[in-house]
Amino acid sequence: MEARGKAFRYGDNVDTDVIIPARYLTTGDPEKLAAHCMEDIDASFVTKVAKGDLIVAGSNFGCGSSREHAPIAIKATGVSCVIAASFARIFYRNAINIGLPILECAEAAAAGHGDELSIDFETGEIRNHSSGATYHALPSPPFIMEIVKAGGLIPYARAKAKVRAQGAAGKD
Amino acid sequence: MGMTMTQKILAAHAGVPAVEAGALIEARVDLVLGNDVTAPVAIKEFAKIGCEAVFDASRIALVPDHFAPNKDIGAAEQCKVMREFAHRMGIENYFELGEMGIEHALIPELGLVLPGELVIGADSHTCTYGAVGAFSTGVGSTDMAAGMATGTAWFKVPEAIAVELTGKFSGWASGKDLILHLIGLIGVDGALYRSLEFSGEGIASLSMADRFTIANMAIEAGAKNGIFPVDGTTRAWAASVSKKAYVEHRADADARFERRLSIDLGSIAPTVSFPHLPSNTRRASEAGHVPLDQVVIGSCTNGRIEDLRVAASILTGNRVAKGLRCIVIPATKAIYLAALREGLIEGFIEAGAIVSTPTCGPCLGGHMGVLAKGERAMATTNRNFVGRMGHPESEVYLASPATAAASALAGRIVDPSTFSVGPGRA
Repeated sequence: MEARGKAFRYGDNVDTDVIIPARYLTTGDPEKLAAHCMEDIDASFVTKVAKGDLIVAGSNFGCGSSREHAPIAIKATGVSCVIAASFARIFYRNAINIGLPILECAEAAAAGHGDELSIDFETGEIRNHSSGATYHALPSPPFIMEIVKAGGLIPYARAKAKVRAQGAAGKD
Repeated sequence: MGMTMTQKILAAHAGVPAVEAGALIEARVDLVLGNDVTAPVAIKEFAKIGCEAVFDASRIALVPDHFAPNKDIGAAEQCKVMREFAHRMGIENYFELGEMGIEHALIPELGLVLPGELVIGADSHTCTYGAVGAFSTGVGSTDMAAGMATGTAWFKVPEAIAVELTGKFSGWASGKDLILHLIGLIGVDGALYRSLEFSGEGIASLSMADRFTIANMAIEAGAKNGIFPVDGTTRAWAASVSKKAYVEHRADADARFERRLSIDLGSIAPTVSFPHLPSNTRRASEAGHVPLDQVVIGSCTNGRIEDLRVAASILTGNRVAKGLRCIVIPATKAIYLAALREGLIEGFIEAGAIVSTPTCGPCLGGHMGVLAKGERAMATTNRNFVGRMGHPESEVYLASPATAAASALAGRIVDPSTFSVGPGRA
């Protein structure tokens, strides 16, 4: 699995209120949410972003509300990965759960706005084609890979619920 | 090696004798919570799992509070999705208008969370219940859906930061001022992925309302949870809301804490978070000249009866500054009724404030007090990010009910001690 695109760069503490403002939360439709993604921090983002592009940011990306609408909106704009120095914990879980690739790598997150980046998710290698630099992100822990391999948390839970139902049937 | 209080609760719910920080565990959950913004997404994901029933219809709580009473057609559709799901699944703890309140005030008030329990909620302020000695944390909609299906959730066992409290509050200082001060001290990611475990003799003088406010904003320091030890105040509270048995956990003497902080409650002054981060704190007395267009007193952080009593003690018999909009929102129906019976509501209205039915409303820029471009509000809520209460060029200043009420009278940010000395603590 690989990704390649240009970087949209933001600072520290990008919160979920600017990723998708609450005034748009009367829907869960990914396309409708994507139309307002990053609106309060960068109104031009949705007009400039192309499929495969990446968001790079500083520390504590996705802080604030637990709204899963935030990673859903980012994924639906076509963004292939968010690279940040660190992520807020609920956003981190949500991104994995809905299948938005994220990587923690402070060095790679220092890329310039518009830099061309590529990522090899198998090795964690991030290449900045504009600067020529190569970085290595920490690989995802095995249990995260299990969820990702299952296709996200829902297929993972589906398998578990089936086991539970079979267990309950066995007791009858 | 010893365990923290959080680690003990996680171990008990994972069915293992001990856990260590960094370990990945699967734990049984006592309650799964959602609201009208997050539950509709979770319900859609739940349908994809393909289960016909939730794991336990008595262990799920659904509360329409964010955009309820329905602010527009979109909000009405979302509330309807949640209502119909609750009826279809036989969810016992679904609360319609007339029964509801802001979820994190309502759930403890109804005794739906007790010491030692484990709660996940698709709302970041689910960490509020650490006040009662429970492990509770915010998750997203997919985690909520999986929790409703399986009754379990996975966790990475967190490291912990110990916050030792000594002394007593003086004057108008309150739990809100303490948590704003702490966030200012460690930053909005100062406790990222970690537990904030409170300890020390200072806790004895903290009311449950103070503890709820403090635990509520643990997330604003990036924490996974904030938790208080169980003491006489907790036990008296638990006995007043539930007859159910519960388990008290306490941190081992040799529990490992990554960092230790100590705060003297007597040193805490009325504190304000300036835009646009909760960590951007200053003493109210050092705010400078900041005129206000609106004051909001309410939310899951500070909409409890104790908060309204403090606000009323300042507002009643006085007059909100000309041209300032002061909005008071009791967090639950029971709080609203208590405020009505105690005469607080009359005091607010006569002072020129308005009183709303329980809702999260303006806290997240939903309804009941959204800000225009360039407007400034002081709020007893929990976040002051760009655009949080409305227009991206509006501003939110976070403060306690006392500071908010005194500032509503002055029309600008003031330290409540300019109004009177304040009650202090016994």
